[in-house]
Amino acid sequence: MAQKEILKDRSMILQKEMIARHFERLEQAPANHEPVVYTFVPGNLTELIRSFGALPVLPEINALQSGMRKLSGDYIAEAERAGHSEDVCAYVKCDIGMVKSGNIGPSGTKLPKPDLLLLSYTGCYTFMKWFELLREEYDCPAVFFHVPYQGDGKLEPEHREYMIRQLREQVIPALEKATGRAYDEEKLRENLRLSALAEDDLVAVLQSGKLKPSPIDGYFGTVYYVGPIFSAFRGTEEGVEYYRALREEVYARAAAGLGPIVPDGSLDDQRYRLVVEGPPSWTHFRDFWKMFTDEKAVVVASTYTKVGGTYDFGFRHNPDDPLGTLADYCSGCYTNLNLPSRIEMISRYIREYEADGFVINSIKSCNSFSAGQLMILREVEKRTGVPGAFIESDLVDPRYFSQANIKNRLESYFQMIESRRQGSGTGATVASDPLTSAAVA
Amino acid sequence: MRSAVVEWARELYEDLDFSAVHRWLNDNPGSKAAGYLPVYVPREILHACGFLPVGIHGGGDRLEIIRGDAFYQSYICHLPRSIIELAQSGRLDMLSAVLFPSTCDVIRNLSGIWKLLYPDVYVRYIDVPQVSDPETATTFYEAELRHVMRDLGEVSGHVPDDAELFQSIAVYNEMRTVVRELYATRRERPWDLPTEELYLLLRACEVVPVDEFIVQARRYLAAVDSDRRRPRDNSRVVVAGAFCEQPPLGLIKSIERAGCYVVDDDFVLGTRFLTADVSLAGDPVHALADAFVQTELRTSVLYEGDSLRKRRVMKERAEAAGAEGVIFAAPSFCDPALLDQPMLRKGAEAAGLPCIAFKYSENTGQFQQFREQAGTFADSLKLWNAGAE
Ligand code: SF4
Ligand code: SF4
Repeated sequence: MAQKEILKDRSMILQKEMIARHFERLEQAPANHEPVVYTFVPGNLTELIRSFGALPVLPEINALQSGMRKLSGDYIAEAERAGHSEDVCAYVKCDIGMVKSGNIGPSGTKLPKPDLLLLSYTGCYTFMKWFELLREEYDCPAVFFHVPYQGDGKLEPEHREYMIRQLREQVIPALEKATGRAYDEEKLRENLRLSALAEDDLVAVLQSGKLKPSPIDGYFGTVYYVGPIFSAFRGTEEGVEYYRALREEVYARAAAGLGPIVPDGSLDDQRYRLVVEGPPSWTHFRDFWKMFTDEKAVVVASTYTKVGGTYDFGFRHNPDDPLGTLADYCSGCYTNLNLPSRIEMISRYIREYEADGFVINSIKSCNSFSAGQLMILREVEKRTGVPGAFIESDLVDPRYFSQANIKNRLESYFQMIESRRQGSGTGATVASDPLTSAAVA
Repeated sequence: MRSAVVEWARELYEDLDFSAVHRWLNDNPGSKAAGYLPVYVPREILHACGFLPVGIHGGGDRLEIIRGDAFYQSYICHLPRSIIELAQSGRLDMLSAVLFPSTCDVIRNLSGIWKLLYPDVYVRYIDVPQVSDPETATTFYEAELRHVMRDLGEVSGHVPDDAELFQSIAVYNEMRTVVRELYATRRERPWDLPTEELYLLLRACEVVPVDEFIVQARRYLAAVDSDRRRPRDNSRVVVAGAFCEQPPLGLIKSIERAGCYVVDDDFVLGTRFLTADVSLAGDPVHALADAFVQTELRTSVLYEGDSLRKRRVMKERAEAAGAEGVIFAAPSFCDPALLDQPMLRKGAEAAGLPCIAFKYSENTGQFQQFREQAGTFADSLKLWNAGAE
């Protein structure tokens, strides 16, 4: 037990330290003449940015952290006072509100202005306007990297070429100009090699959700796990170290037959295994999570934890094809997949992770995720025979989290799964299967 | 003559069964119809492949939503539920292909829904180039258009050669010319060419063969010339933001009746997406791609790489149209219109243009509030101008 706690602590402490160091470094960036590049989580080109010695800032991460720290409501109000519509993505308004309120980042340090806005246009229309808005605030250069949508469910060869050409002819020159440094392909390859190492470990962690009991929560817990790789730490030694530690920690829990650490302790007795689609509600993260754990429900896999890359389906950054691999990565991010691919992915999770159900958390202000989710609900139910629950909330706008409503809906959903179980006589309970290398490799 | 054309257009607008499309299909055995969503697709390609291009807008305030709400949450704009309603009620069964341009994530995701609901229909999401380098942008879009044309040719059974595609381009150049004339006439003499009538004509252009539209629009222009009306003391405004989900006709009428001359707008914007004629020389697909990349149009569905231009866009529009103020009219929950609005409004106000903003839905049934708002705005513009003189 003591060793397990040490292992758990190690990954958490590591992450905390890494993030704190990163934000301190960001605060000092202007004084230290370190260039800063703002970019988005889906389709982020962290290895490339870092190869220029620049530091990435991800506005969505700042927004979600503001949500968790209960600051987003005020930031959103500030943005709406400045003329932003109540109907649009709350992340944008939270970010704009934060900028207007002094640009103090999640760790309490001041965020530096961007030297470049790298608009990786991957899977969400809002990104385009978000950076147009930030460009107005900061009056700084911006470069557009267009990642074509996988409308036909695959990356088309011409689209790949188009992305590589943009990287070569637009993105790299813009980074060279902003940082004053020349493109160093060897450095990029090295970063990509480190990324692939961390990605292997992350996938092992994600796939441990197939075990019974699951040693991870594939949604609420995993949003923490993906934090470093979705943000500033892909392609870094720190990132590799973190994922190695995390994998060891999760494997140790699995070997001991333990579940994940949840708000009230360790969820070892798992009554429901779920798949979740959609982002969480950051403003009520803990309350929301507790609605699951109170019912002994564990999330075994989720789609939101794939917005920064779908590694569990085999993709790894490839140092031998540095620009091509960045194109492949961006194209494959979850929000860039078409609706049939998303349905297939959720159905696959349900089958492969032996889930009892799936929950769609539909975000009021996010068209990218939400438009079409009712179709997803019906199709996944049809394909898997597993019932789904549909709840509605928002990412960082506290006005749209209705605790009682969501709780009621989830409670009746769990009752429904229960009665189906009894009706079908399967009486499935959470079993402690031994850890098999096949399941987590 | 004027009223005959307007009635022709109104009938088409009100007909949610697309009888004109069915008639065309009956009259052209073996031919097919292809739909497209807002805002812009190169209809020339559909035309050259032998399709009747059919613009799919929602059913507006004329359609009761029964099935569509089961597909969309309340916080998603009205358009897709209305389109699904049309489709699920069989009204779009005559379409063999549907194109979904890169307008926003709602239309993008609707392309996936269509694939699932109608597996026998050819569905393609058409991405548009967003990069600043014109050559990269043109190469990408050209490849995209070749892909679509190849696929559509298979569906229709006719892959056009260059000469045929040039013929289609020429016809659509003529359509663009006539639409430009309509807009120029309204700009010069808005009392002679009410926006309600212009709008109905544009909607007709979405469902009838392009040559038929050209004939009718020319007849209309001739009628407008011979039927001069008296100018009123109205204020001249740009109506911005209504480029995708269309406002109900009643809303457009309300703005006009409240004392505003609409002298520039975004209604049915696809007809004016290309601001110059498409070249009739060289390679026709390249010419179409190039015309898209070179368009002077500034619209919320595209990235604006030039921050100065972004700040100036409303000023330029107002100046070109001789407008005194801007009405931002956006569909509720519309990302492109609403995310862009603060930037556009800031630019307009910095240029001294008074602005108001409201949201609508294509099925909005009550116009009193809009009328009052637009009326107060029109009055304040007059006072503003009187004060400035
Ligand atoms: S994916 Fe959704 S939450 Fe994220 S920026 Fe886009 S609209 Fe906002
Ligand atoms: S009205 Fe706006 S959000 Fe709705 S489909 Fe059109 S562009 Fe998209």
